[in-house]
Amino acid sequence: MTSSAFATARPAQIRLHPAIQRSAPVLVVVAALIVIWYVGAILMNMSLVRDSFERDDNTHYTTAELISGTLSAERPLLPAPHQIIATFADDVFGWPVTSPRSLVYHSWVTLSATFVGFLLGGSFGIFLAVLIVHARTLEKSLLPWIICSQMVPILAVAPIIIVVLGSIGLRGLLPKALISAYLCFFPVTIGVVKGLSSPDPIQLDLMRTWSATRWQLFWKLRWPSAVPFLFTSLKVSITISLIGAIVAELPTGAQAGIGARLLAGSYYGQTVQIWAALVAASILAIGLIGIVDLIQRWVGQMMGARV
Amino acid sequence: MRAPDPGSFVGQPAANPAALAVQAQSVSLTFETSDGEVQALSNVNLEVAQGDFVSFIGPSGCGKTTLMRVIADLERPTSGTIFVNGVTPEKARLGRHYGYVFQAPALYPWRTVERNVALPLEIMGLDAGERKKRVERYMSLVNLSGFERKYPWQLSGGMQQRASIARALSFEPAMLLMDEPFGALDEIVRDHLNEQLLRLWDQTKKTVVFVTHSIPEAVFLSSKIVVMSPRPGRIIDVIDTNFPRERTLEIRETPEFLKIAQRVRSGLRSGHSYDE
Repeated sequence: MTSSAFATARPAQIRLHPAIQRSAPVLVVVAALIVIWYVGAILMNMSLVRDSFERDDNTHYTTAELISGTLSAERPLLPAPHQIIATFADDVFGWPVTSPRSLVYHSWVTLSATFVGFLLGGSFGIFLAVLIVHARTLEKSLLPWIICSQMVPILAVAPIIIVVLGSIGLRGLLPKALISAYLCFFPVTIGVVKGLSSPDPIQLDLMRTWSATRWQLFWKLRWPSAVPFLFTSLKVSITISLIGAIVAELPTGAQAGIGARLLAGSYYGQTVQIWAALVAASILAIGLIGIVDLIQRWVGQMMGARV
Repeated sequence: MRAPDPGSFVGQPAANPAALAVQAQSVSLTFETSDGEVQALSNVNLEVAQGDFVSFIGPSGCGKTTLMRVIADLERPTSGTIFVNGVTPEKARLGRHYGYVFQAPALYPWRTVERNVALPLEIMGLDAGERKKRVERYMSLVNLSGFERKYPWQLSGGMQQRASIARALSFEPAMLLMDEPFGALDEIVRDHLNEQLLRLWDQTKKTVVFVTHSIPEAVFLSSKIVVMSPRPGRIIDVIDTNFPRERTLEIRETPEFLKIAQRVRSGLRSGHSYDE
């Protein structure tokens, strides 16, 4: 069939670019959220602005003035999106990256603790999983403790860890990384135990017919079988380790880091600064998951995954 | 740990060429399950000579797979004695006397076909040059040359099963244990693979132990048919066939073939295996 015949068959159809077709639903949702956000900002900041007008004995304000006031308040209850974007842009681009006023600087401080924590937690999680799979009795003796460790509210434990480590001279990045590791090893352990136990009985039998050693069984069968499970866990785990690093900055009175920015913002009622720090944190989280996802695709290609 | 020197066994015939391939004397096996004991094998006596093509046939639950797993040292009998190539099944397994082909190809999805075929060779410590030679030889024996770099999901079911046969042959065991290897394939592919398997048996002179529940398949392939019956699993008839080693699917129309098929069928019936 020629393209003209195809076109005459359905003449009325308006054809959008596929990229537009794909992104349209996303854009609609984003637009709706922004509208809701602005309405929320106006409603929530209304009384605040009215009070400030009254303090200034300005009783003859118009509705337009009131609305524009709600969207440009210095310390609003709910900042408007454009305020957050402006502050975020200023915090990111307005200062040299080494300045303590730069959000890039604070992000890097948190990110470095996240990386170290993720590496520590990830490897510890894998180590525990290997132990559990190779000695089933360990599963019974270890698992309750592992689960307990995750039930303890980290906000309560974090100061204790910081103080104890501080008393033996560990300050700065390492205590934060340890708290982050403490939070993020759990999904890795659970996922990798599942992955290492995932080979079919037939595949285990085959290894036995070849008289494979435990070591060969692990590296040639169990570990490759666990890889997809590992990556699923790592995606969960890396965001948790970011949260862990941020939480660890809260009780320590840290001078730098996204957590410190959040804390300072709430001390001084700088809501816009808090929101800008939250935006930075979510961009970091998206980036981190993106990196894990890229590595997963690359490893998948190496391992012949269906594209 | 227990990786013997590859040179000492790979490519060698069985430890004792004069011994029977399988010699089972009053072998019984009882499984402990949550609803009590299940007798999977009861007083099995069987002799298989080197170079035989022996089929175990019977309905599901008759213990044919269990008997094969006992030969492979994947299960231990509760009582009785069994020798494989003149040694205990464990020694035979450790000496890599047999290659096992399961009903599912069980290829590793993250390995290409050639690396799947090479897997047992890697485990047995053969060097890369020898591995390459073996992979080439056995991939062409099962007509898979040209598919070396494909991943298993890119192959049809029949091709995957052929790859798993190449994998079982790659370390040149004296014996091939096949557990309903073509059970999941359609009949056309199955007939084709049956012919290929016969040719392979003729070329390599290996002992083949084959589990099936198809009467025509068993009669067509075997030099010896072992008819089994369930609850408890036992042997009710052993039939020797005398078809030439080189045979084609046409022999399935001959009176001799039908006579043997009839005897297998009546054996299965006498074991009450159709009652349930």
